[in-house]
Amino acid sequence: MSHSRPPATPSILARLGASRIAHGDLGFLPVVFGLVVIALVFYNLTPVFLTPRNASNLVLQLGPLTLLTMGMVLVLLIGEIDLSAGSVAGCAAVVLVVLLTRHGWPAIGAIPAALLFGCLAGLIQGSWVVFVRAPSFIVTLTGLLVFQGLQFLLLGEEVGALLIYDPFVKGIASTYMPHWLAWCLVGLTAIIALAAALTAPVRNARRLLRLLLFPLVAAAIVAVLNLYFGVPYLLLLVIAVALALTLLTEHSLFGVHLLAVGGNAEAARRAGINVSTVRIRVFALCSTLAALAGIVAASRQYSVDSATGGGNLVLDSIAAAVIGGTSLFGGRGRIVGGLLGAVVIGSVSNGLDLLGQPAHIKTIITGLILLAAVSVDMLARRRRISSGAAGA
Amino acid sequence: MPGAETMPLLEVRGVAKRFGSVEALRGVDLRVHAAEVVALLGDNGAGKSTLIKTISGVHQPDSGEILVLGKAVAIPSPRAASALGIETVYQDLALCDNLTVVQNLFLGRELRRFSGWPLRWVPARRQMVERATEVVRQLGTTLPSLHSQIGTMSGGQRQAIAVARAMVWGSRLVILDEPTAALGVEQTANVRRVIRNLRASGLGVILITHNMQDAFALADRIVVMRQGRAITEMDPKVVTPDQVVGAITGGSAISMEP
Ligand SMILES: Nc1ncnc2c1ncn2[C@@H]1O[C@H](COP(=O)(O)OP(=O)(O)O)[C@@H](O)[C@H]1O
Ligand SMILES: [Mg+2]
Repeated sequence: MSHSRPPATPSILARLGASRIAHGDLGFLPVVFGLVVIALVFYNLTPVFLTPRNASNLVLQLGPLTLLTMGMVLVLLIGEIDLSAGSVAGCAAVVLVVLLTRHGWPAIGAIPAALLFGCLAGLIQGSWVVFVRAPSFIVTLTGLLVFQGLQFLLLGEEVGALLIYDPFVKGIASTYMPHWLAWCLVGLTAIIALAAALTAPVRNARRLLRLLLFPLVAAAIVAVLNLYFGVPYLLLLVIAVALALTLLTEHSLFGVHLLAVGGNAEAARRAGINVSTVRIRVFALCSTLAALAGIVAASRQYSVDSATGGGNLVLDSIAAAVIGGTSLFGGRGRIVGGLLGAVVIGSVSNGLDLLGQPAHIKTIITGLILLAAVSVDMLARRRRISSGAAGA
Repeated sequence: MPGAETMPLLEVRGVAKRFGSVEALRGVDLRVHAAEVVALLGDNGAGKSTLIKTISGVHQPDSGEILVLGKAVAIPSPRAASALGIETVYQDLALCDNLTVVQNLFLGRELRRFSGWPLRWVPARRQMVERATEVVRQLGTTLPSLHSQIGTMSGGQRQAIAVARAMVWGSRLVILDEPTAALGVEQTANVRRVIRNLRASGLGVILITHNMQDAFALADRIVVMRQGRAITEMDPKVVTPDQVVGAITGGSAISMEP
């Protein structure tokens, strides 16, 4: 490591991250702990919860939420919020199906059109935040209403759902990999992890453990899902998006600029970073991911209606991001955390469904989880400030 | 006085600046040589901030000229000042707590491995770490790690990081605005060491301060400003703090100029 002076050798505890925890950086400890508790509680109440079949269902149910959450993490990272993500998802889904079913477009044209619609929705809202200097809370609350209205308008007189007939779009959320292909991908993960471990410049126990985690988790997931229909292609899509966004936020200079804007926008501006461009790009990216989430949601239902993308979806995604360690104050958070948070929210919702609980109970419980996550974020921030880290 | 005969790094000649009816600078003369620390003192409103903002490209002078290594230059923007080797560390430091030391040092001017999109977003990490290590060593400051977020670091360390940020680009003149104002005794000592190392590395330093001890501990020359003018220049080895205070307040103006 690079020091001007040889420092005291860090203790094992410090290496394993205990000192970070003392500084108010809890990492993924709370969320992993939460997942274990959730699994145990629901397994006790209904053993069906931990079956391959339910795991498979859960993966498919999680598709839209995970995609939406990753976009939300990006927006929260720059210290903004996007309340319109859910209705942009719903509206993009309707755009997709109207083009497919009413206008006879092929999937290869309709999917990019729906994504482009999302991108535009983000560009407009982001520009409004940047140029009009309106708080993103208000701009995207307006977006929520406008895009919901647009969704109704596009659906028109249609009573009930507008059906999808296109086989490719229907297949997005309901086709599975052959078992051998899934195992090949696990093997690939293992090879990449091994290569990374061997070529890493700094070798410490923590990093090696972390690298080992990837093939192990992948193998566990594949083993369980192959007991049912197999690994859905949707899971591959979500993981690919997560990898791309992790590269963007944690390994690229754009990620550094994004964190700088969220951490101290004035410092970023003075350093010559075009803060406006960063903000607009992030809003566009978030809305594009929302559109993708909408496409997946439509594919799962084989149809769209006025409820697509509605309900608690956007609040769930904010809750998932915060549960996954993304700060509401900007500048702190990770894509993988958002994924874990989405799994927490999705499992609770899935478990309550299995128990036959009505929707309003689910809403109340999700709300309480969000409250708990926000409180942990507040406490962690206070801890950071009192341990010397000022500001964000 | 060091380098009295050599060409000054920076020379300000008769610079004037007014804001509406306020004459913030009324013909300031100032010289800074390489490997020299000049302390700039003066009461509130004397024009210190306006002067350094003019040198660092934030304000444009109404009249007078600025010379860098003997050549008259225009400094239309902070970028232009950087290009001339002039870096300013403002009091609020402008650092990002959630970024690492290396990320802060290179923020907005990162070294890249490729030039075309999208590969231009790939950082040249190793080069940045090497350069950062070099600069931090040169400053003689102690940091926990170049890869830890700076939010948890002390005020003195953050000040050192801000100075290091100014140095990464091989600057010739570093302007520091009240670098020890918010620091305790030990941190102040660290920052003083950093400033001495800047001078030892051959850089010129303009140090704005209200702290008489800093001025006497660090400066080769003390320049006192009053009402938009550099009224007197003093040698800290000759004058007493009381005499400097007198010059600042205008109570007993004793010129120690040769
Ligand atoms: N941007 C500005 N607009 C108008 N007046 C200014 C501005 N900046 C400084 N001044 C005035 O110029 C004078 C010198 O101020 P300043 O350079 O900040 O002094 P110092 O830094 O020595 O306290 C003061 O009277 C101040 O009010
Ligand atoms: Mg001032």
